Amino acid sequence: MAGAKEIRTKIKSIKSTQKITKAMEMVAASKMRKAQERMRAARPYATKIRNVISHLAHAHTEYRSPGLVEREIKRVGLIVVSTDRGLCGGLNTNLFKAAIVAMQQWRNQGIEIDVCTIGTKAFQFFRRLKGNIVAHVSHLGDAPRFEDVLGPVKVMADAFAEGRVDAIHLVYNEFVNTMSQKPKIEQLVPVTAEVKESAPVHRWDYIYEPDPKDLIELLLRRYGESVVYQALVENVACEMASRMVAMKSATDNAGALIDELQLIYNKARQASITQELAEIVGGAAAV
Amino acid sequence: MAMTLHVDIVSAEKELFSGPVEMVTAPGELGELGILPRHSQLLTRLKPGQVRVRLQGGDEQLFYVSGGLLEVQPNLVTILSDTAERAKDLDEAAALSAKQRAEQVIADSRSEFEFARAKVELAEAIAQLQTIAKMRKQRKSS
Repeated sequence: MAGAKEIRTKIKSIKSTQKITKAMEMVAASKMRKAQERMRAARPYATKIRNVISHLAHAHTEYRSPGLVEREIKRVGLIVVSTDRGLCGGLNTNLFKAAIVAMQQWRNQGIEIDVCTIGTKAFQFFRRLKGNIVAHVSHLGDAPRFEDVLGPVKVMADAFAEGRVDAIHLVYNEFVNTMSQKPKIEQLVPVTAEVKESAPVHRWDYIYEPDPKDLIELLLRRYGESVVYQALVENVACEMASRMVAMKSATDNAGALIDELQLIYNKARQASITQELAEIVGGAAAV
Repeated sequence: MAMTLHVDIVSAEKELFSGPVEMVTAPGELGELGILPRHSQLLTRLKPGQVRVRLQGGDEQLFYVSGGLLEVQPNLVTILSDTAERAKDLDEAAALSAKQRAEQVIADSRSEFEFARAKVELAEAIAQLQTIAKMRKQRKSS
């Protein structure tokens, strides 16, 4: 019954794999709920600061920030938000694919690209492919803090302020629902027409306390940070959802495999019993 | 009934308050600000301190902000509160460490980004995923 024994060991090992994937699925599900809550909680700030920026774009301010004016693009900064860990289906792959498509377009127009990576997966990917990585953070965990995005955003914002890059784009996964996440590329600065929207056109300006330049720059910086933070939280939610789905199908697959193997095992077992019986009967007949 | 203005107090990690109030008091950088409806447009930085809102009917609510920005539109006040106190050198340090982390690990020479290789790798990964999906479908139908 050697064959049967082998099958039995195999079934056992698949069962333990199934246990692991099942556990991962449940962990991801509970983490996803929390991540979604965080995503929702971060949303008001992002919306509000977007409103303020849109007001600002319509004000006839005495100081025009470079962050509000489109300029000729020679070099773009790309912030890529990815996960730290794998086992989450095609989430990162799809994201990188979207990034590559955009990068190729820029390259064709002769635009250089600086990459800033958030999360190990993006870092590994762009390093392997010799992308020009200027900043990197990873291991932010499942509950990223606002402070975590300050570093990479500052590197990029400084590059923009000094004119080393002429636009900053952000690539991340948008959380549509549990079953679907969509890679998204968004222009951070200069602030695009979408954010500016329509508003009354009569002339007005703010009263500034103390100084318009500082305030507007600070506001734009906060805007950048909040968008990146929002992307980061959203990406965590995507990661968990994607992992949950991937692990669920892994568990289902393991189940199907076990069923199949069980069938084969039963057949093998029966065959060996039949054979033994035949041998006994044959032996008895011979005597 | 007294006039009201709409106030939103948000921090990056959550919404603290949103609703109509009669008056809001905030710790502006150049001094305490009291804002009533129809205030003219104003933009200012906030110091760490208390934001007080007086609700309709005279009840007061207090919030602590650790700095941030305040925007006033005639009937709308937005307070963008920072989550933690922000020192300038903190940003600087974070930026530096992000740069270093990138540089540390990139030892190999920087050359052109290899689009061809990127495409091949991605195509492989996607093909794998598609194969898995196909196998799953087959198994289900069989």
